[in-house]
Amino acid sequence: MLTDISVLFQIAGIGIIVALIHTILKQMGKEEIAQFATLIGFIIVLYIVINGLRDLFNQIKSVFLF
Amino acid sequence: MDILQIVIVSIIASILFILLKDVNPTFAFFIVIVVGIMIFASVIGQIRLIFQVIQSLGDQANVPGLYLETILKIIGIAYIAELGASMTQDAGLQSVAKNIELAGKIFILLLAIPIITSVIEAIVSFLPTV
Repeated sequence: MLTDISVLFQIAGIGIIVALIHTILKQMGKEEIAQFATLIGFIIVLYIVINGLRDLFNQIKSVFLF
Repeated sequence: MDILQIVIVSIIASILFILLKDVNPTFAFFIVIVVGIMIFASVIGQIRLIFQVIQSLGDQANVPGLYLETILKIIGIAYIAELGASMTQDAGLQSVAKNIELAGKIFILLLAIPIITSVIEAIVSFLPTV
């Protein structure tokens, strides 16, 4: 369940680091690897968010829809 | 969670959103989603308590369980549709948000059909038969 505020900082940190990696790899001329780094970061955050969303919807189902 | 904590979390989230908006818009949107989940997850325990009170009151007043259950389901559908619509609207998809709202309305109407039919049957039973 996403009740801890550290998840927010986690996502923000992952976002900043991924943007950094993207910029550095782009400077080095490795465009495809930069795209992959962004994609991997996106998937990691998506995993966190989807887990939280699943828990929330399960709780909504148990409270509202019985 | 306390109301102060919710406000502080929202303020921190908006600061992080502004920070991330220019660097990485996708992750900024994830922050919006996570804040929505966190606030609702902190509120849902209290909603459960309120619903238990409402149900026990309904049981005492001998209200048929079907009606209360339908009303609670309608509230749930309304909230879920609102959540989805506001999030898609934040992402800039106005038409999808409108469609989600429409779907929510349709499902609420579908749930309300048994109540409407029972009301109409009651009215018809009051009418004098010719």
